[in-house]
Amino acid sequence: MDTLTINNATIKVNEEGYFTDPSQWNEEIAVEMAKKENIDLTDKHFEVLNFLRSKHAEEVPLSIRKVGKSGIVDIKEFYKLFPGGPLKISSKIAGIPKPVSCV
Amino acid sequence: MEDVKEMTADKVVAKEKKEVKKIMVICARGNLEDVYAALIMANGALAEGKEAKMFFTFFGLDAITKNKADHLHTATVGNPAFMRGLPTMIGGLPGFEALASSMMKKEMDKLDIPPVTEFFEMIDAGGGEIFACKLAADMFHLKKEDFIPEVKDIITVGQMYELAEGEGTHMVFI
Repeated sequence: MDTLTINNATIKVNEEGYFTDPSQWNEEIAVEMAKKENIDLTDKHFEVLNFLRSKHAEEVPLSIRKVGKSGIVDIKEFYKLFPGGPLKISSKIAGIPKPVSCV
Repeated sequence: MEDVKEMTADKVVAKEKKEVKKIMVICARGNLEDVYAALIMANGALAEGKEAKMFFTFFGLDAITKNKADHLHTATVGNPAFMRGLPTMIGGLPGFEALASSMMKKEMDKLDIPPVTEFFEMIDAGGGEIFACKLAADMFHLKKEDFIPEVKDIITVGQMYELAEGEGTHMVFI
């Protein structure tokens, strides 16, 4: 287990940089995490991040298909908002573990 | 005798990670499981931020043909991996293949795996490109209108190799 220091807060992360404790997340931290991925978060980004967090809290398995059917974004938009691996990048920024999915 | 470890210590260079940057998936089969393997390989690459292109040939054309894409079957005769011990005579009974295929589709549906046409929409939305083989299309008398809208073009094997160009490209043959 490693730690990241963001805005004077010490965040527990795993070796890939994913939060091990989702409750340590807040919106300011998300902005900093996103900057590391060269993404400037907009309201649309936050809609997706909150969707991911709520699904994770409900223990619903996540996949790109689910996000595309969420009604918040379609798959094309999802790839545009988080380029280079939308689900793995957005879940890192959302402070949830990397989803295990093949779809 | 000098210590070998000491001699080479400075010269030890960390092995460079050779990432897969792009894949060209060639699908020559029209079985349900083979087509899905190809789709998952391509979509999985896109989901990891890699480039993916697909080339369908011979029976793979079924996967991109409008009226066949969502009606693919898995073999129940001559397929030793399907239900070990299943007598060939049973596997060949009328309707058995359709039933087996439908059961497989139901299991995939439970795992949130989309039907073939929707899967192609996802791959297209993720930036993947789909191509049909000219030779096979001519052989089966198929034209661009017969294919799903996501098919970008009907191309030759030479053009396919051009599209596969680039460092870190891997060819996947199914």
